[in-house]
Amino acid sequence: MSGSLFTLDARTKARNAAERRFRAYGLGAIVIALLALVWLLISIFSAGLPAFRQTFLTFPVTLDASQLDKSGTGDVAQLSKITTITYAKILGQSLEAAIAAKGIDLGGAKPKQVADLISQESAATLRSKVMADPALIGTTIDFTTLASGRIDGYYKGRVTMDSAALDKNTSPEQLRLADKLKEAGMLAVRFNTGFLTMPDASDKRPEAAGLGIAILGSFMIMAVVLVLSLPIGVAASIYLEEFAPKNWITDLIEVNIANLAAVPSIVYGILGLAIFINFAGLPQSAPIVGGLVLTLMTLPRIIIPTRAALKAVPPSIRDAALGVGASRLQTVFHHVLPLAMPGILTGMIIGLAQALGETAPLLLIGMVAFVRDVPGGLFDPASALPVQVYNWTQRGDPGFVERASGAIIVLLVFLIIMNTAAIILRRKFERRW
Amino acid sequence: MSFMKLSVSTAAIIAASTFAASARDQIQISGSSTVLPYATIVAEAFGENTDFATPVVEGGGSGAGRKKLCEGVGENTIDIANSSSRIKQSDIDLCKTNGVNDIMEVRIGYDGIVFASDIAGPDFALTPADLYGALAANVAKDGAVAANAAKSWKDVNAALPDQALQLFIPGTKHGTREVFDTKVIEEGCKATGAYDLFLAASTGADDDAKKKDAVAKCNELRTDGVSVDIDGDYTETLARLDANKTAVGVFGLSFYENNTDKLKVATIDGIVPSVDTIAKGEYPVSRPLFFYVKKAHIGVIPGLKEYIQFFVSDEMAGPDGVLAGYGLVPDPELAATQAAVEAETPMAPLQ
Repeated sequence: MSGSLFTLDARTKARNAAERRFRAYGLGAIVIALLALVWLLISIFSAGLPAFRQTFLTFPVTLDASQLDKSGTGDVAQLSKITTITYAKILGQSLEAAIAAKGIDLGGAKPKQVADLISQESAATLRSKVMADPALIGTTIDFTTLASGRIDGYYKGRVTMDSAALDKNTSPEQLRLADKLKEAGMLAVRFNTGFLTMPDASDKRPEAAGLGIAILGSFMIMAVVLVLSLPIGVAASIYLEEFAPKNWITDLIEVNIANLAAVPSIVYGILGLAIFINFAGLPQSAPIVGGLVLTLMTLPRIIIPTRAALKAVPPSIRDAALGVGASRLQTVFHHVLPLAMPGILTGMIIGLAQALGETAPLLLIGMVAFVRDVPGGLFDPASALPVQVYNWTQRGDPGFVERASGAIIVLLVFLIIMNTAAIILRRKFERRW
Repeated sequence: MSFMKLSVSTAAIIAASTFAASARDQIQISGSSTVLPYATIVAEAFGENTDFATPVVEGGGSGAGRKKLCEGVGENTIDIANSSSRIKQSDIDLCKTNGVNDIMEVRIGYDGIVFASDIAGPDFALTPADLYGALAANVAKDGAVAANAAKSWKDVNAALPDQALQLFIPGTKHGTREVFDTKVIEEGCKATGAYDLFLAASTGADDDAKKKDAVAKCNELRTDGVSVDIDGDYTETLARLDANKTAVGVFGLSFYENNTDKLKVATIDGIVPSVDTIAKGEYPVSRPLFFYVKKAHIGVIPGLKEYIQFFVSDEMAGPDGVLAGYGLVPDPELAATQAAVEAETPMAPLQ
């Protein structure tokens, strides 16, 4: 055997080569993972960002008293009999008059095509505006409203002149007219807060669909999960870690908790349907049931990191506390728990983030529903962010594709905020012994 | 220990609000994904134009919806099941067992089932016989039953384009599949003579059993990858067509009408599917759409009857109504339906 330190023998060379190869494999794995992430983000953001911008029309609307208040008394009961169909007519007539007033040539677009520039949501908006303030009848107001989905798609590149020629819901004449309106300043594309605040809308008006109810519903569900799983999870962990005798029963419980954490989430949905809706008689589609089901799902996922955090507190802390005469309860609550708190909170936030993105259990308890009214409480029907994504991907109108991706972006932003909070908490408060 | 106090008190607030929960004031609807867009359009308009809450509408499939309707009577059960096929005796029996005795059947109109391919591809003029020849596991060949070996549309019918066979058809959980089976496959089976061969070869006990056997044989589709069941919605079929430009997919008429810039529709027996041709009964592949109402909930759930009346009103389901604009084929007997809804007539036993 040669003893030189400078010329490597064959075995050392082989070992070094193996290390270099391993590093290359590891780097390759990371590059693949990053590429997949970048690809995912690019596809979601390119499809979803347009959802945050929307095409709006602005024109004067004459609220004709002869159509809206036939009795002439301004009686609210009489006014409420006028449906959105009449309001839609008024909007169409007003837009046509506004176009004529600006001296814009219709370019072959028929009155129906002119009226179809306006979103069907507008009639409902106008009606509720008039119902809230009947004094508006007989006056002319400046009205800003959504343009219809196909027109919006045109300014986002989804609809082209070629596709419009084949499309039954729009026509090149309509698009050319929209271009003229844009020149005249009646039509503009701008940021759409409605996407974050408005409720879901039917297939006829993808432009009006928003995430308002879904975001609210997700917050309600998260509140239920937090309020229930934090005390139950922490109490269970403390008992198992600090007080429970070590015997076969606690071993069994431990195995079960580990197993439950790996159970597919749809199973919790089936359980929730059977227990909370069929047995306890709680309402369908309600955030309370969603919260309860997700609490069941999240509990084992919280208990495991909580126990790990408690275990990480060194026994010397406990010994010292017990040594100066603290009771076991005092030891736990005055010393162990505060030291384990950063770990517990991190586990909690990550558990919540998982629950936030969960769809499968909510399918079974009626949360994948079309909900338009703002829920007044935990027992009123609501939607949730991930199920709204699922819901929108099933819709027939192409306008919902961008909205589904937009909803994914919102969900991702919430998840990133939560996970960053978890990392910051851990960095800031974690103690190492 | 403050977090304990905080969480305990919040838990107490939640528990207290449990008892404060009031009666449900919105209608709950579940069922067919074909009826879903129509139901959401009506629900939206109903919420906007009345003082009642907007109904909550869920999808999930016709069968699942009817099963949910039959779970029992009470506020935590649904009020209406949307269905793209008629209710079955087994559903009615289940309903009876769970105390749901009176059900109202409301036919809202008709839906066409269309065959469509990528807009850039060749035109297809199909007949049920062609589709049977493309999809069936066994076909009639020179007077005998033979395994289907067709690889191209040209092999099925010389008049069709020379394009590889690939079809996306609705999965068995869809109501659409039932219509597809009876109106396309069975018709094609009879037209090609395969049905008679199956009938002759059947070993059933009596004529009825033999017929049943032959129909079952007709409905055996190829399993070599030519026919692909789509369990998702039409959006999935569209995505599959996008990835495989030479395939043909099955869609609902309203879905096609909203995607005419991407899809080219095939004629069946020379008829182009449209609201018109289906209403006239010229286009053969169509089916009625229904919803079923739990009568015990009328008068309990606010706005239930008003919603049904609103749904079948001329402004919604009529020939010039909002739904026809979305692709629903209006029911020529809508007036009779309106009268039945007015009188709250429960459905008669199935034939």
